[in-house]
Amino acid sequence: MDGFVTLYIFILAAITGYEITSKAPSKLHTALMSGASLINAIVLIGAMIVMGQAETTIETMIGFMAVMLAAANAVGGYLMSADIFKLFTNSDKSEGGRQ
Amino acid sequence: MTDITHSISQNITQIVYLVSALLFIFGLKKMTSTLTARKGLTYTVVGLVIAVLITFFHHQVNSNFLWMTIAMIVGAALAFYLSTGVKSTETPKMIALFTGLGGGTAAAIAAVELIKMGFPVETKPTDTAKVLAVSGALLGSVCFSSSLVTFAKLNGSIKGTINFPMQQWVNTFILVIAVTFGAAIVLNNYQLEVTQLILFFVLALLFGILLTIPMNQADMPIFIPLLNVFSGLAIGFVGYVLLNPAMMIAGLLVAAAGLKLTLSFAKSMNRSIPAVLFGTGSLINQQSSGGSINSNKAARELQSDDAAMMMAFAQNIIIIPGYGMAAAQAQHKVWEMSKLLINNGVNVRFAVHPVAGRMPGHMDVLLAETGIPYDAIHDLNEINGEFKSADVVLLIGANDTTNTSARTDQNSPIFDMPILNADQAKNIIVIKRGKGTGFSDIDNPLFYQENTGMLYGDAESVLSKVVNELKNI
Repeated sequence: MDGFVTLYIFILAAITGYEITSKAPSKLHTALMSGASLINAIVLIGAMIVMGQAETTIETMIGFMAVMLAAANAVGGYLMSADIFKLFTNSDKSEGGRQ
Repeated sequence: MTDITHSISQNITQIVYLVSALLFIFGLKKMTSTLTARKGLTYTVVGLVIAVLITFFHHQVNSNFLWMTIAMIVGAALAFYLSTGVKSTETPKMIALFTGLGGGTAAAIAAVELIKMGFPVETKPTDTAKVLAVSGALLGSVCFSSSLVTFAKLNGSIKGTINFPMQQWVNTFILVIAVTFGAAIVLNNYQLEVTQLILFFVLALLFGILLTIPMNQADMPIFIPLLNVFSGLAIGFVGYVLLNPAMMIAGLLVAAAGLKLTLSFAKSMNRSIPAVLFGTGSLINQQSSGGSINSNKAARELQSDDAAMMMAFAQNIIIIPGYGMAAAQAQHKVWEMSKLLINNGVNVRFAVHPVAGRMPGHMDVLLAETGIPYDAIHDLNEINGEFKSADVVLLIGANDTTNTSARTDQNSPIFDMPILNADQAKNIIVIKRGKGTGFSDIDNPLFYQENTGMLYGDAESVLSKVVNELKNI
């Protein structure tokens, strides 16, 4: 991939993330952080690619670790986020939530 | 023929990756409003799931399918195990942990790619690829070990800060050696020294630990989104090495969001990023010069029936919850009391300072969980003009966020921090655990105002008494 194209992608994605987050009210910041942590789990596809083309034992072992950690990031990030985001129901449902 | 199907499947994979990157962007966008936040989470999950499913058909994924699936199941089970029984007061430490796992994955990917680059078979890696692989490895490793320490600190497994002489010099030295090893790996002409690579990773992991141990627990909220910056960058960088635009876009998106959150947390907590990183000039360690001024004054003490009476006959009440309320698990009692007042026709609102919880937005989550509607919860900017017209302001385990010395006392450690204007209300009721100073050890002049009454005791039991009195009125 061309170096400048890479720079374009990086900078445009970064500006997008920064601008979107700037618009968020502070009461949603914890939720956003949890959501961002979940997006991080995209690293799982990288781990799968590494493991899927691993040839040596050491590559397979590190790949296994990578897939495992990324899957934990994905599932854990989802469980945390789901817990927080379920609070954003309609205001009239006043009884709810965990014990 | 096989070439054509091959290239078609590659195109489909790329399109799915593009769709999932777009779903992350729109998902993040939707998470910035309470009305659409749940949709935002759905978008993000769909983006992840389609990206993972199509990767099983990726042209480079040719073997180890069984082990890959086993690794996923083990990882998922681990996440379930770690998340079971986590209370929402503990959300921040779990976010730190899971973010760190993402960073650790990026480091592991970078390790494999660096090993491969050391023994190139067909094409030789470009310099950009080598630099980004090493940078991703460094950031990912630091993020991983640092997040584990952050988790241990917030979990109480590591108490306080760990300091030793020349600490910042030692840390800088270790970072410099790690970077030097990284540079050596880049400059190596396709001859990988395995010991070099191992040392590089060990130093990077060590630096992550050393970076985090001197930090103050009160500063951890500012540091957690910074972990997102590290992991996001690491993921973006290894995404380049793997020629995977979805990882590049998602990684940088997360990194920038983390940066924005870190900056805004630091601003609302009145802390500078270097002070957070070096654990200096903390609120806790500093001696307050303002404290002695009021020490011989006495605050007026109230009884729970007085407080109940004042609130029952008020028209506008603003409740200011602090971490003291969450620590006493009193939020359910707060809502029980509020419901009684609302049924009496009182206008009850909640004012949440950005630093009221363990991190901005945390208190809102704790309140909303009890059933308090999100519309009744207001942030500092929304509600600060309303205190003048409030008949009663009720502080529950909140101190620094209303401390008027932040406005006037230049020597106060929280000078210039934005505060809630509770002092402008007609009456102020303060529920406080004991007569001493609070979390940051700064005395609050608000407590000595003529229209302020103190209710001493555990928030939960004080509120229970108030609730009983309200039922009898």
